Amino acid sequence: MTHSFETAARPENLRRVAIDPLSRVEGHGKVTLLLDENNKVQQARLHIVEFRGFEKFIQGRPYWEVPVMVQRLCGICPVSHHLASSKAMDVIVGAKQLTPTAEKIRRLMHYGQILQSHALHFFHLSSPDLLFGFDSDMAKRNIVGVAEKYPDTARQGVLLRKFGQEVIRHTAGKRIHGTGAIPGGVNKSLTVPERDELLKDIGQIVAWSRDAVHLIKQMHNQNSALYDGFGAFRANFMSILGDDGALDLYHGSLRGRDADGNILFDGMDYQDYTALIEEDVKPWTYMKFPYLKSRGPQDGWYRVGPLSRVQNCDAIPTPLAEMERREFIDYSANTPLHAPLGYHWTRMIEMLFAAEMINELLHDDDILGTDLMTSGERAEEGVGVIEAPRGTLIHHYRVDENDLVTMCNLIVSTTHNNQAMNEAVRQVALQYLDGNEITEGLLNHIEVAIRAFDPCLSCATHALGKMPLQVELLDNTGAMLSTFTRSADNG
Amino acid sequence: MSEATFTLDGKTIPFREGQTIMQAAMAAAAYIPRLCYHPGLKPHGSCKLCTVKVNGRHTASCTYQAQPGLAVESDTEELNGERRSLLQMLFVEGNHFCPSCEASGNCQLQATAYELKMMTPHYDHFFPDRPVDASHPEYLLDFNRCILCSLCVRASRDVDGKNVFALAERGIKTRLIVNAESGLLADTNFSADDMAAHVCPVGVILRKRTGFSVPIGQRTYDINPISALPQPKAGES
Repeated sequence: MTHSFETAARPENLRRVAIDPLSRVEGHGKVTLLLDENNKVQQARLHIVEFRGFEKFIQGRPYWEVPVMVQRLCGICPVSHHLASSKAMDVIVGAKQLTPTAEKIRRLMHYGQILQSHALHFFHLSSPDLLFGFDSDMAKRNIVGVAEKYPDTARQGVLLRKFGQEVIRHTAGKRIHGTGAIPGGVNKSLTVPERDELLKDIGQIVAWSRDAVHLIKQMHNQNSALYDGFGAFRANFMSILGDDGALDLYHGSLRGRDADGNILFDGMDYQDYTALIEEDVKPWTYMKFPYLKSRGPQDGWYRVGPLSRVQNCDAIPTPLAEMERREFIDYSANTPLHAPLGYHWTRMIEMLFAAEMINELLHDDDILGTDLMTSGERAEEGVGVIEAPRGTLIHHYRVDENDLVTMCNLIVSTTHNNQAMNEAVRQVALQYLDGNEITEGLLNHIEVAIRAFDPCLSCATHALGKMPLQVELLDNTGAMLSTFTRSADNG
Repeated sequence: MSEATFTLDGKTIPFREGQTIMQAAMAAAAYIPRLCYHPGLKPHGSCKLCTVKVNGRHTASCTYQAQPGLAVESDTEELNGERRSLLQMLFVEGNHFCPSCEASGNCQLQATAYELKMMTPHYDHFFPDRPVDASHPEYLLDFNRCILCSLCVRASRDVDGKNVFALAERGIKTRLIVNAESGLLADTNFSADDMAAHVCPVGVILRKRTGFSVPIGQRTYDINPISALPQPKAGES
């Protein structure tokens, strides 16, 4: 653990290096490093400096508006917020069990979302680092560079994402920010032509997803020292799982494990998540630090997302992805792999799982059904949890007798991973930057670690060489010693 | 006897005595933008979207009597530019957040803005603080979206015979109120059968728990732009 590098003992005597902003689109963040006179890292922090206010301004709004409004939190995975809030509102309207058509349409939408988001993250955002090297020529370290040197890989990435977006369009009405899920069900099912359009391509999508797993697996096998060691740190991990312990990204109960893989809790109803999770606040960032109450803030923080899910489940219920999971487990010799770059491998296993699930659902006639809605006894409070592409997503609402929201609490994947991302930043800073002169390539190592968790922060950093990255070196009086700027003009 | 006619953008429009320019244009399926006009209610002439030029002078087509030989201009760059400005003012005066509004796709304000190619709000937003009235068990009033067209006022007063709604205060402070000491819809005699419940052109008077039940692609203005829809006749909502 590197908690000691969260706050330096004598920060006033140290030089400050800031990577600000890390992002300009989906999650404004920055990294600050405090270095001593020998360039030794004394403090490293990832700050999320955005303040969105959704939890406040959703108050006083009618509950049926929530799934459409809160999805605007994100442009990459809005379906996750759309579905998590819809699940919470299902509880409010007493829809304990959705109709088969509604449940399967929502699952189809969600797996379309997993597919497109995972493809976007791996191919568009992270593959330039992995294919060219973390400190390779910055001018080529982007998706255009990938398209030039590896045209088939880039093309597959684009088409995989496009297919996922089409699944979303057919189930939600639009590729981004649709309205498919409503409290108690969905507003549409698939028509036969819509289903047939998707069926036409799904075989190729499954095959390409499998190729993608093989690509990242090959990278691990060829350079296991780098892939297993880069920014590695031990952590607890958590996700929801299906009732049988199998991977299920739409619904299930919570299971947590410690860093050795021992189960801490299992089968926990997420309606009671407040008994499990506490949120800590720190003065230097807007983002909270969730932790497991039973273990306290020091030892109770955890990791969510693909790396957690694939290692947390007992099996994956589709054959090709299950085969890949077993290989992954064998690779890590049956002990949890704590390498941030392992996120990419497990993410691709999940993409394959999503493709196989879409294939399965497209062959199920329930998705053509007309029984879309259900309801029951009205409740005042509801929690909806889903496994979003980046990890566990919790939506919690209270609704008054006049149908207006009175309370909203959201714990999003990036928040769960807050401490873990900070740990990765510190590990990489200590492994690569400590004692060295700072270069763009070294700074990109830090971004590579962050990118492994959350593409919302990486989207701007691979925006075709235009990432507005500025690093300033200040002396202990705050005077500027030197500055390094990366922009479209010089970059 | 030959029919009396006038011209609208050069097209001959027949009319009966007593008809306004708007009524004659609607009968001839000619679109003139409007927000406060409804064929089943007395014209109000307040939104000014239907402003046309009659023999070179600006006037509201919903209140101006048709006369033989009038030369009426409507679909011109000048008039549409003025209409866009009016729309922009309506958008910034309220809180019109189309992305999460359940009236999106069925909203006449939104559809008219698309029709007239309004690309930005242009003016600074007022961001007024207007709490929702959710007191009624079946209907919700979201005053954030009110454009003060008074259609609900007229429908309630003239058709429903109830006077549930009124416009209070004056000028920039004008606001929609309901007829109850508490100020709450639940304490009025408003009913789901009232014409006033179905006449709102935007997203103020909403039936509860039905939002977003029509998928994108099947909403009123997903299928046709507002100018291409059949023109409503008297008595239709």
